[in-house]
Amino acid sequence: MPPRTNHLGLARNEYKGRPTTLCPGCGHDSISNQIISMAYDLGLEQHKIIKVSGIGCSSKTPAYFLGGSHGFNALHGRMPSVVTGALLANTDLACIAVSGDGDTGSIGMGQFKHVIRRNVPFVYIIENNGVYGLTKGQFSATADEGQFLKYYGTNHMPAIDLALEAVIAGATFVARSFSGDAKQVQALLRAAVRHPGTSVLDIISPCVTFNNAETSTKSYPYGRDHEIPLHEIQILAPDYVDAREEITIGDYDEGDIIDVEMHDGSFIRLKKLDNDHDPRNRRQAMDVLERSMREQIFSTGLIYYEEPRPTLADTEELVETPLARLDAAGLRPSEAVLDSVMQNLMAG
Amino acid sequence: MAINPQTQSKVLTREPVINDFAFSVATKNGSGSQTSNNVLVRSLFRMGIPVNGKNLFPSNIKGLPTWYTIRASKDGYTARKAITEIVVAYNNDTAPEDVSNLPPGGVCVTTDKIARVINQRDDISYYEIPVAKLMRQTKVPSAFRKLVENMTYVGAVAQLFDIPLDLIYQVLLDNFKGREKPARMNHDIVELAYHWTAENIVKTDPYRFEYMDGTEGKIMMTGNDAGALGAIFGGVNVVAWYPITPSTSFVDGVISYRHLRQTEDKQNTVAIVQAEDELAAAGIVVGAGWSGARSLTSTSGPGISLMAEFAGLAYFAEVPAVFWNITRMGPSTGLPTRTSQGDLLFTHFLGHGDGRQICLMPGNLKEAFEFGWKSFDIAEALQTPVFVISDLDLGMNNWLSDPFDYPDQPINRGKVLSAEELQDFIDEHGKWGRYMDVDGDGIAYRTIPGTEHRFAGYFTRGTGRDEMATYSERSDDWMATMSRLRLKMDTARGMLPQPVSDTGSDAGIGIITFGTNDDAIREARDWLANDGIQTNYLRVRALPLASSVSDFIDAHQSVFVIENNFDGQLTQLIRLEHPENVSHVRPLALGDGLPMTPTWIYENLKEQEG
Repeated sequence: MPPRTNHLGLARNEYKGRPTTLCPGCGHDSISNQIISMAYDLGLEQHKIIKVSGIGCSSKTPAYFLGGSHGFNALHGRMPSVVTGALLANTDLACIAVSGDGDTGSIGMGQFKHVIRRNVPFVYIIENNGVYGLTKGQFSATADEGQFLKYYGTNHMPAIDLALEAVIAGATFVARSFSGDAKQVQALLRAAVRHPGTSVLDIISPCVTFNNAETSTKSYPYGRDHEIPLHEIQILAPDYVDAREEITIGDYDEGDIIDVEMHDGSFIRLKKLDNDHDPRNRRQAMDVLERSMREQIFSTGLIYYEEPRPTLADTEELVETPLARLDAAGLRPSEAVLDSVMQNLMAG
Repeated sequence: MAINPQTQSKVLTREPVINDFAFSVATKNGSGSQTSNNVLVRSLFRMGIPVNGKNLFPSNIKGLPTWYTIRASKDGYTARKAITEIVVAYNNDTAPEDVSNLPPGGVCVTTDKIARVINQRDDISYYEIPVAKLMRQTKVPSAFRKLVENMTYVGAVAQLFDIPLDLIYQVLLDNFKGREKPARMNHDIVELAYHWTAENIVKTDPYRFEYMDGTEGKIMMTGNDAGALGAIFGGVNVVAWYPITPSTSFVDGVISYRHLRQTEDKQNTVAIVQAEDELAAAGIVVGAGWSGARSLTSTSGPGISLMAEFAGLAYFAEVPAVFWNITRMGPSTGLPTRTSQGDLLFTHFLGHGDGRQICLMPGNLKEAFEFGWKSFDIAEALQTPVFVISDLDLGMNNWLSDPFDYPDQPINRGKVLSAEELQDFIDEHGKWGRYMDVDGDGIAYRTIPGTEHRFAGYFTRGTGRDEMATYSERSDDWMATMSRLRLKMDTARGMLPQPVSDTGSDAGIGIITFGTNDDAIREARDWLANDGIQTNYLRVRALPLASSVSDFIDAHQSVFVIENNFDGQLTQLIRLEHPENVSHVRPLALGDGLPMTPTWIYENLKEQEG
């Protein structure tokens, strides 16, 4: 039987990358798998996607998905600047970028905040395990206060909440998930790739080797036992017109469903669970994140969403043709232009 | 007593000295002297007198002393002079020293107030301008008076040394982009001082300006503007930067010329991003270069330090990007507003591990423009970062030049495969790998993101790889990569701007230099020739060094390497690359923060050679 294919006629296998070299059971590999499924399901064209990462276990993963896309495993903490340049050069490209909690929360905190401020449109995935894996088990800046690790003893410093930092920096799409929750990761990825702004996905992704003790909020046992989704998430494609019209788009208080329309006409549908979180309310988003951290509640889902602001390329008022595709005439003014500049500078 | 200033008799005590002397204008930083000095330089330029203006300024917004030197030279020498015959002493803090630095027969133009703190010398001419009194006579609103006060010396200088008033008005008008109100306000002060000087001062010095034809058809601008204009004509697409003296005005230049590349509906083909630091600026240009754009950053020493990691990545991953280093004094924060050639070795070796970076070193305005566009062709042809090493002297000072030549080569995007070309490549070679060297020149073929072919994608990394761009820790893969990168650098030697040389004589002395010492060396060589000492000359314009450098060294008994850094960095590089037969190669290295003077070169070369 021929393999199942998507609307481009491609099998899921064709969205894979090279075999992973991460530890068996690593949460990062689950996320790579969800990226593969998302791209396959949506029928994304791989040549229109770039994959960029920093340095660390998580940053190795772009080699393991979307083998047909250009990838750039850049420098520790500097993925955001590389993405900024790459997407300014070619505004036709979409970008899936992967970072870790060390890569973003420590060495790359400045670039993380500033790429959000510039509103470069890409999916910024943080595979967050609270620990430095490649250097064998040091605490990262997202490690829980009071946590014990064999390598370093007890962590006495408060954790940095990267989702909260993203909201404060002005991100227009901020979500948190758990690598073990395939369905939610998948749904959030689908929404994030459609969002024309920096979409931050802080995905708790347990390190099976250095940080999988039950006491760690970034472990599998903790995640499975404590994950409290804020809502169930569904993405409705733009052609899902009937369903959209049936839905009452009102305040969250009035119903159990909230629909957030995205720029391309699709909807993120959030089904209310045991709480009243409205991701369109910035104050509430920050409250949820602060309460979760304080009480070590593991709240997941779309934390914050707002209408995207103009992207960096919008504010630069660039030509429609990607800069990387301009021909010689678009790159060099004529000899007459140079003559005229020279004439103006002459003594006369 | 009304006197026609044009016919007032002047007491000339010596033979007149016309169009061949230098000024130093000493003021306080932030006092608005920039406009005054600019007006003086531009006026002389329009009188046809070869002139330069060099700003020797402090790292400060307001209050610290600043000097602007203006040199007029009928013979066209535009290097900084060691001695200035005239000082405009408008800073009471430095006035005593400024006056003591004057040569006998020199001139001091100062205010009546400052004159009281100067120890009078009887071998120079003093002209005291009653600035406070003159300012009380103006109709300029009091809020603006401090801003235009320095125009009093412009008026006095114009009267004393013969710069026409109406010319000054024209220059002022241009300075204010045609706006009459500010031009008028400034010119009122100039006129006031001009007439006061005519009526009250008896000229006792021999210095005068006269119209000549030494600047006909020439332009005047800064090297940063010239480089920026070059970048515009080189097709720059993405500029990322972080403010730092003395490179900030480079990006200001790009901003001011960006409109030359706008479409008819005012859409930009150049994106300009002020990054959060130089690390991010480097990351943005590397990302943009990788993604197929022509990208540029401009910085100085501290910024170059931060860019080291990205420079190493771009070298190893083979990503084109252009980095301008407008050099200032280091190490560390150093002297931020003083010129230097002290980053040569650091820039050439930027990045850890093995490897060398391509460097271009412009020595004048024309080369700043030329390397401005050419650097992109070189970067893309070689798929590597290109560093243009300029300096504060070229970057921020006004230089005289012939107009720039339009690029004589079409834009060269290097070995980039389109989807069709990629298929042809695969048909011919059986496969395509990002780092396969099928031409034997060390340069592989690349694809850029967005290329619609299922095999176009590849993975770029700073870690070990094989020629298919697949991760590899194998020693043989690593060695193959390094060998190819070295081969690529050898290919580069022939592609880079070759040295400029003057080897007309059979002199035993050879002079080697790079960058902006050119003017001072030209003048010093003329002086040496007057003393019967013939020299040959070679100015290096790129690294890695061209092979003609060793030929030049071999052809002379004595070789002096003149450079404006403390350690003699080009000398070290020459010794490294040509270890045989270099015992006769000696550095004449200065590095005192100032543009080099012919006097220093002349005296030191004679002493060493003697």
